[in-house]
Amino acid sequence: MWSGVGHHIGRWQALCRGQHIVTPTVGVDVHTLAALPPSPGVSPCQPVSVACRGGVSGPAQTRLMTADLVIEAEGLVKTFGKTRALQGVDLAVPRGTVLGVLGPNGAGKTTAVRILSTLLTPDGGTARISGFDVVRDAERVRQSIGLTGQYASVDEDLTGRQNLELFGTLLELGRAGARRRAAELLDWFDLTDAANRPAKTYSGGMRRRLDLAASLVGSPDVIFLDEPTTGLDPAKREDMWDVVRSLVNNGSTVLLTTQYLEEADALADAITVIDHGRVIAHDTPEGLKRVVGGQTLEVRPSDPAQLPRTAEILTQVGSGAQADEIRKGVLAVPVTDDAALTESVARFATAGIAVTELSLHLPSLDEVFFTLTGRTASEDDTTRPTEVAA
Amino acid sequence: MSTLTDTAPTRSRALSNSAPNPRPFRLVRHSLALAKRSLIKTWRTPEALIDVTLQPVLFLIIFVYVFGGAVAGSTHDYLQFLLPGILAQTIATGAIAIGVNLNTDIAKGIFDRFRSLPIPRSAPLVGAVLGDVVRYVIVTVSTLAIGYVMGFRIDTDPFRAIAGCLLAVLFALCLSWLPVLVSMKVRTAGAVQGVMFALIMPLSFASNVFVGADTLPGWMQAFVDVNPMTHLVASVRGLFLGTPLGNHVWWTLAWCAGFVAVFMPLALRAYRKKI
Repeated sequence: MWSGVGHHIGRWQALCRGQHIVTPTVGVDVHTLAALPPSPGVSPCQPVSVACRGGVSGPAQTRLMTADLVIEAEGLVKTFGKTRALQGVDLAVPRGTVLGVLGPNGAGKTTAVRILSTLLTPDGGTARISGFDVVRDAERVRQSIGLTGQYASVDEDLTGRQNLELFGTLLELGRAGARRRAAELLDWFDLTDAANRPAKTYSGGMRRRLDLAASLVGSPDVIFLDEPTTGLDPAKREDMWDVVRSLVNNGSTVLLTTQYLEEADALADAITVIDHGRVIAHDTPEGLKRVVGGQTLEVRPSDPAQLPRTAEILTQVGSGAQADEIRKGVLAVPVTDDAALTESVARFATAGIAVTELSLHLPSLDEVFFTLTGRTASEDDTTRPTEVAA
Repeated sequence: MSTLTDTAPTRSRALSNSAPNPRPFRLVRHSLALAKRSLIKTWRTPEALIDVTLQPVLFLIIFVYVFGGAVAGSTHDYLQFLLPGILAQTIATGAIAIGVNLNTDIAKGIFDRFRSLPIPRSAPLVGAVLGDVVRYVIVTVSTLAIGYVMGFRIDTDPFRAIAGCLLAVLFALCLSWLPVLVSMKVRTAGAVQGVMFALIMPLSFASNVFVGADTLPGWMQAFVDVNPMTHLVASVRGLFLGTPLGNHVWWTLAWCAGFVAVFMPLALRAYRKKI
């Protein structure tokens, strides 16, 4: 299901209004990104590589960075009682790109999103969306953002259609406009059949789609997705990823929070890693993966007696490290490129080793955190609230 | 750079609106749209209407047939006396529900969505308050309907009767800012119910709802005389039965204005702070 997303993109594009953007020339300097605190082993971010993804090169890079940051936050601080949710967070997202904010529960991701989307006032620091201050110009900011998350949701007693029409009316689309926009979004998100059922009867995946549709009613410039795929099964997650990609193709700027490096890697142009309310790394997915060790190839030979021989082959195709038995009967080795997978398959065939499991993994959040901070992400979670959201 | 902007020909809502208030009467329009949301929710959960349908019926039947003979000498005389009072009492307790509902509602994601939209911050609250008008109309209709079945008759004319009903609905509408305020201040829906009951209970019993005030001790009479419920009941009695109105209607309207003037700003401020 939901395969029609790509097909609908063109139509969706046509729905948006055709006014031309006046790029706000805001006074942010290159230091915004460079000022992000360096962390052990991570090169301080590479803003240039982020900008290059937009197809710009040469001297224009600096200009792009200074003039076209859609989301900018400097030194955000937020305290709830004794909990210091944010302790000076800087974020920067150029127009038309995706920033993945990666961090465990309680890291401050949701608090940051709530400040950027005007739901919370920061205790310190500033943030601007499209050049408008989230505190002083909150009204303007609200006109250009869409928020989907663990918190911003829909009314469960209303049908999918009623929800979307309500938001259309509140966004000044007019009665006919709201109705048309609701129908388009329901169609795009494959919810037309369920349109007239109360949202509380929707499945988890449908609910997420409706939440996302609700945040797109006003064709926002900037979209915040707070853990958009948490709790979704892998197939639904891929569907959600497709939607995010098509939003970006349509020119939206996206900030998404996630607990999965996999997700950030699949969608983001740049990744900011947050822990305990601080930025501990900011890099491109490639850069981050270089630091945290790239991918791991895991193999389970059918016959445990073959383990030593299997380990030998893995060590040869791997990036230099010895293959390790990470679980009983499962060997793992860090690899640098995808070719290692096919290479190992070929070698196992030649050696006559049958395998029951063979997979390529990105490091988990725990592994990322272990590399960056020397401890696991969940180590001290018991003493902290699960998610700082107030 | 042109590559980037060209792919985004569409998203300029934030930048093209030079004035933050593009169209007039935003608060009214948005509140009405949100009141419609409340109506749909009410329609979907009819069991939530028990307090405005069954409660006046039970109160009328129990009080008229249990106390009627003792208090007024005849159940019919007592019904005539009591019905305007029960109407006022149930409409006031009916206003508690908005506090309970908002308290549960606001913890859910939908209010975060509202607050991320470019609408007046107060619109979701004003909308919820306006949406409850339908509940107050239902109280009025069900009270009068059971009253008629039991033998209650309006002694004046339809216009004055309707004016009495409208006054009661207006009273509840204005009073409901109190439960809205309470719902922002306490943590659970149960606490809203408890606090509001403690506030409404003395208002409805230390009044002229059930008995005439002249039998009460002096200190309580002093309270009864200023009790807003007393003025509402006296007004509705006058408009339904033709008893002397005095200044009761004016006092009722003054109390209504007072409720809105005091509780609405406090509730809105508490709402903005509550996150």
